[in-house]
Amino acid sequence: MALDELYQEILLDHYKHPRNKGRVENADLSVELKNPFCGDEILLTVRFEQDKISDMAFEGQGCVISQASASLMTEKIKGLGIDDAKQVIERFQRMLKREEDEHSDAVCSAACRHHASDEELDELNALQGVCEYPSRVKCAMLAWRSLMQALEQRKQTP
Amino acid sequence: MALEVDKIRRDFPLFQQADKEGWVYLDSAATSQKPRSVLAAMNQFYEQENANAHRSSYALAERATLRYEAARERVRRFINAAATEEIIFTRNTTESINLAAFGWAGKFLRPGDEILISEMEHHSNLVPWQRVCQSTGAQLKFVEFDEQGRLVMKQFHQLLGPRTRLVAVAHMSNSLGTIHPMEAMIAAAHRAGSLVLIDAAQSAPHARLDVQALDADFIAFSAHKMLGPLGIGVLYGRRSLLEEMDPLLFGGNMIGRVEHLKTTWNDLPWKLEAGTQNLAGAVGLAAALDYLDELGMEAIEAHDRMLGQMAIQQLCAIPGIRVYGPPDAHGPVVSFNLENIHPHDLATFLDQERVAVRSGHHCCQLVMKRLRVAATARASFYLYNDEEDVRRLAAALYQAKDYFKKWL
Ligand SMILES: Cc1ncc(COP(=O)(O)O)c(C=O)c1O
Ligand SMILES: [Zn+2]
Repeated sequence: MALDELYQEILLDHYKHPRNKGRVENADLSVELKNPFCGDEILLTVRFEQDKISDMAFEGQGCVISQASASLMTEKIKGLGIDDAKQVIERFQRMLKREEDEHSDAVCSAACRHHASDEELDELNALQGVCEYPSRVKCAMLAWRSLMQALEQRKQTP
Repeated sequence: MALEVDKIRRDFPLFQQADKEGWVYLDSAATSQKPRSVLAAMNQFYEQENANAHRSSYALAERATLRYEAARERVRRFINAAATEEIIFTRNTTESINLAAFGWAGKFLRPGDEILISEMEHHSNLVPWQRVCQSTGAQLKFVEFDEQGRLVMKQFHQLLGPRTRLVAVAHMSNSLGTIHPMEAMIAAAHRAGSLVLIDAAQSAPHARLDVQALDADFIAFSAHKMLGPLGIGVLYGRRSLLEEMDPLLFGGNMIGRVEHLKTTWNDLPWKLEAGTQNLAGAVGLAAALDYLDELGMEAIEAHDRMLGQMAIQQLCAIPGIRVYGPPDAHGPVVSFNLENIHPHDLATFLDQERVAVRSGHHCCQLVMKRLRVAATARASFYLYNDEEDVRRLAAALYQAKDYFKKWL
């Protein structure tokens, strides 16, 4: 069943046992975002040490995709330097981006299998199936958008 | 007479598409599908009658003008308004409400005046009033709803006071499906000296709307939820109110005499319709009303209510489900949640089972807040749905429970 490509075991695990759930103590920044489409919520707290993301955690509620994506993200990003984190964000975005085919309005059932898995992304590849469901990409991106905002704010007030 | 759904479905080209076979469309509260006659009427307009209305005097343009004004008369007849001038074409319910809000309330309300709405309103019948209150100094008051999803009528009567200038409520809620006791609310509002605006976006598709019997002052609805095309809606207003209110948009065709520094307005209804209008949309709406009247609004109402009731019954039997809204006084819109399954995940699952429902806050964040949920799933039924569609929904919900079991 195609649905199993969306709801993979790794996501199940992260949804049931979210990593880095809660709030970072003495956080430098916190960003709260809501997905107006379905009401998913993420509150991301981050602590920096020089140019490194030394700690991060999330709180939130919402669908499997939004919460599992947040958990996977914190696991991947925590401890990375800011530049490396930005690279991961970019790769993740690229993975979820649908190949636009102007002749087909159907979702990209073929196209997303064209994305080879990105080894750098490790477990995040479990979210690849999301790109077949354009409305769900917003769910998967919610935590990542909060992270991007946090990095943006950090740049403005170092 | 009962509706012959099989026959009706054949009138809807979208249901004839190969990829829609076995597909159950349960999102008519968002927008309805369109019968062939509506599409044909619009096509015919573009192919044979297209010209701008109210501008030129050659035969084709005269014809376009006639068609547009005939559509207005068709709407008048459908809602039994006293005069065609009381029918203003807009883009949708949202624009209709904004027109009444800024054209009338924005002009006449003063600090200390009150607008009374409910916590169950669609954002389109909430945000315009917030803005009007911010600019006039009027106050926005809210009737709450109880656990069953009914407006607290006692509170409604308490809040209605000498300062209430306008009551603005939906006839049927798009999030909970509740049908409010409109006649009693209108009578009470009028006794208190207040006007009433009815958001009929959800009720107009399902039940006969008689504006004179209802005695409403403003009524707003959208063609696209009642078999008509996208991009056209209606504001009905009592003539005296439309006369005294201001236009929302200014420019072509809404003018009387134009001078360098000032301009007088055109007569009703054109005073409130600036710029080139959606003529084909009006023609399509008229064709939709023909289709509805042919089936009979009474038959449609009975059919839709029956499906709503049946859905409530079958859904309530599913363990771990929460169905919102009152068991009676409930239209063909049913909101629900399955325990521990986010409605967004549920909707994706149902889509796989070829059952199209909506999930989200349904443009009613105040409702979600009171229910203490982030979102609900919502199934809505219309004249092309039947009992089998209800069963398919219920069956798919059982399957969803099974599929997501491992996630709990
Ligand atoms: C009760 C209610 N009011 C207003 C609207 C807004 O209608 P439209 O989007 O056509 O302007 C809707 C549509 O969802 C509705 O259900
Ligand atoms: Zn979501």
